[in-house]
Amino acid sequence: MSENRHPLFMPLIFVGGLIFGFGLGFSHMARPEVVLNFLQFEDFGLLFVMFGAAIVSGIAFAIMPRLRDHAPLTGNIYVRRLKSFDRNVLIGGAIFGVGWGLSGICPGAAYASLGVGNVTILWALAGMFVGAYLQGVWRSQDAEASAGVTGAD
Amino acid sequence: MVTELFAPALYESLFPVGISRYVVGGLLVGLGAVVIYLGTGVAAGASTFLESTLSYVSDQSRFQRYRSSRDWRVVFTLGIIAGAFAYALTFQSGLVSSGLYEAGSTGESYDVGGVTLWLTDVQPWRLFLGGILVGIGTRIGKGCTSGHGVCGVGSASKTSIVGVMTFLAVAIGTAQIVMALGVSP
Repeated sequence: MSENRHPLFMPLIFVGGLIFGFGLGFSHMARPEVVLNFLQFEDFGLLFVMFGAAIVSGIAFAIMPRLRDHAPLTGNIYVRRLKSFDRNVLIGGAIFGVGWGLSGICPGAAYASLGVGNVTILWALAGMFVGAYLQGVWRSQDAEASAGVTGAD
Repeated sequence: MVTELFAPALYESLFPVGISRYVVGGLLVGLGAVVIYLGTGVAAGASTFLESTLSYVSDQSRFQRYRSSRDWRVVFTLGIIAGAFAYALTFQSGLVSSGLYEAGSTGESYDVGGVTLWLTDVQPWRLFLGGILVGIGTRIGKGCTSGHGVCGVGSASKTSIVGVMTFLAVAIGTAQIVMALGVSP
């Protein structure tokens, strides 16, 4: 996919990111205080950000596979975002929940927070890279250790 | 009528700054994901960027598996930062205003060359420690607020719905405990 990528691929990704980031700024989800106010039941408005976004994307995920087979810029088949369920979804979700509840920031909102001038959020971004690195090292070693025994991930 | 007296007060307590900025912002977040999906068929999530970017500097197999998508994920993240900056230039700076936009009173504002920028008051140790857990949890849990929350729930994926309910419930519990312990901001 990377060798013969459509010239509009990267510009389109950038424009999608622009709209996405503008929305995170406009909604104030890029502000940890607003997320914490939501989690502490002081302002439930954030529900409209999450569900509003899910409804919009849900319409596209439901309709596009019926209208066209392939995406114009990649030739990818239109599919829904379906991931297999296992206990990692619960374990990882719970760890993420503790982090989100402590800091009030999630990955996309952290990138947007940088854009609204919040340089303090670099602490959270640095933490996210440290966390992603730690779990990557653990899981890479696990995969290598079990590859010899079972051949499974 | 009792409801006429009660409902505005209830609305006021649930949504002290109204809902319009949240609705508009949420529709835009969804639209951004849809633009990418329509053009590329990719259901974009924000947290994979953390691992895919680490593949530039680490040979761990866990990161190298994202090698083919790492370039566009950098572009996606730069787009998010630029989009939020466009909001800072316009609505946050007061250059553009709308009845749909409610400015906030959280954090601190500062001015650089006529642009109003914003800083959080949340303490660095909370951001850093929370960030570490977010980095571990989103990658083990197969997604974050955008991957599971926007694209996954939008796909009616049971895995994502369970994932969102898990991290939302735990986050609410955590934030309530942190507040009860008197940690603020």
